[in-house]
Amino acid sequence: MPSAGPLHRLLDEPVEARGGHLAVADGGGDGQLTYAALGALSDRLRDRLVAGGVGRGDRVGIYVRKSCDSVAAIYGILKAGAAYVPVDPTAPASRNAYIHDNCRVKFAVVERRFEAQYREELGKLGAAPALIVIDDVGGGKYLAQALDRLDADAPSPRAETVDSAAEDLAYILYTSGSTGKPKGVMLTHGNAVAFVRWCEQAFEPRSTDVFSSHAPFHFDLSILDLYLPLTRGASLVLVPEETGKEPKALADLIAARRISVWYSAPSTLSLLAQFGDIPGHDFSSLRIVLFAGEVFPIVHLRSLREQLPAPAYFNLYGPTETNVCTYFALPAAIEAERTEPYPIGKVCSNLEGRVVSPDGEDVETGKEGELCIAGPNVMVGYWGLPELTAGAFLPSTDGKRWYKTGDIVTELPSGDLRYVGRRDRMVKRRGYRVELGEIEVCLYRHPDLREAAVVAVLDAEGGVRIKAHLSMRGDKKLSIIALKTFCSQQLPVYMVPDAFAVHAALPKTSTDKIDYQALKALG
Amino acid sequence: MTSIEQEVAAYILQEFLPGEDPSELTPTTPLISAGIIDSIATLKLVNFLENTFAISLAAHETDVDHLDTIERIGKLVEAKRA
Repeated sequence: MPSAGPLHRLLDEPVEARGGHLAVADGGGDGQLTYAALGALSDRLRDRLVAGGVGRGDRVGIYVRKSCDSVAAIYGILKAGAAYVPVDPTAPASRNAYIHDNCRVKFAVVERRFEAQYREELGKLGAAPALIVIDDVGGGKYLAQALDRLDADAPSPRAETVDSAAEDLAYILYTSGSTGKPKGVMLTHGNAVAFVRWCEQAFEPRSTDVFSSHAPFHFDLSILDLYLPLTRGASLVLVPEETGKEPKALADLIAARRISVWYSAPSTLSLLAQFGDIPGHDFSSLRIVLFAGEVFPIVHLRSLREQLPAPAYFNLYGPTETNVCTYFALPAAIEAERTEPYPIGKVCSNLEGRVVSPDGEDVETGKEGELCIAGPNVMVGYWGLPELTAGAFLPSTDGKRWYKTGDIVTELPSGDLRYVGRRDRMVKRRGYRVELGEIEVCLYRHPDLREAAVVAVLDAEGGVRIKAHLSMRGDKKLSIIALKTFCSQQLPVYMVPDAFAVHAALPKTSTDKIDYQALKALG
Repeated sequence: MTSIEQEVAAYILQEFLPGEDPSELTPTTPLISAGIIDSIATLKLVNFLENTFAISLAAHETDVDHLDTIERIGKLVEAKRA
């Protein structure tokens, strides 16, 4: 296997060899960067950050919508030796400021539209990272303008790209935390490069490929998008967030941009299959469809496959802590009698897996157990949470670090793993991890609520709906609008409950705990 | 509320907020950004707007900047009909 040099060094070769080739394009407009331009712009940000005192071991935040500008910013931060910490531009500013304060970013690149609220929220936390403010996004030109302005005040001398070590952090991705605060998954250059190398071998990307980037950059599906095409000299088309929700526009984009490799959560592909008018579009360039993040309901997968039979389809599985750790290649046709979702497949060749009982012993083949993963993809830990980190791994008996995924699986006779469910209260929505406990913590901040219990219920098609059961103080009545608005001020919108039910009091078990089973039975 | 706004509000209440107190839904209530209407509901809303007001919306107009409140929806519809 090639050396695990720093992640950003993988960009050097295409910048050298294919400088004029399209690297990144904004799918929503005409903005784009060639490899030469991406290399040069990320170098400029590196120089600015290094001049500002950023170096190995530092963190730099990104609060920018997905764009050529944010891609260049990511590479620039890595080149300066720092880890990047992307946040969800659609999430409340308070949550994003919390994240950047939590991991003590030294600098942040932020868009003008978020600046005032972000500064205010940082101020409440007593945090004051240096900000590089960009006026808008598109084509990298706004990042360039911001750097021009800074250079006009004081030019930053050319700095060397930092050769980060394999164990240096490359990025921290925050996911929902059951205690009510998001937690930062720390991933190193070694983790990311091991994953990219595995992808190269599994999917054999070509320099003529055009990848789509559907996932936002705070979501771990983006790691494949950001580093697989751009280290192989292929092109990356960024799907604007709104287009991703509008199936016809998405279908237009796939056809017009001649996308050849698609990667997203199944929910987007389900929408595309139902409303995207696939037969009315030319998808002949599409050769690989990858999906991950949640179970793909078979009814929509079948419909997609029938409308779009040519590409190879892969079901990828893995939590942020390991990135993709198992995968399954779908058969050429979906069996007519199949009603169950496809398995998550076999453990990737660069990793090892075990299925263990609650006491950490390997279960008999075919029995249910928790999937644990060891190998070069596995995270270092959670930022600032040593106890949570220790609890995320099996007690070490063999010198390996076995990450406990929390996912219950069984091994099928074929050797493929079948996903059964979770051992805790985490659910997936549109591919995002949602800790139901984090929603409860949010609801309990409401002065009129006495009790809150959040459950996940399956809809008819196997999708997840989040339902909050509540009881109120006194005879207050709260509207759905008021409750959803309250939640959305603290949580990303994918965590806002779909439905609310108000009870006089929540049902209790014999030990006077909230009876979640009874609430789930209510549907 | 204008008559367009009223018609949109009535549709949203009936389709997505059964049982809600109508006075809670104001012209500035955030719809998409507060999770009151999700992506499938947004598609239904666009369909309703196109059919009811005989307009056609482009993909970039079906986003949170144009559809997040009844006020913005009203402005978009008026601009389209003008």
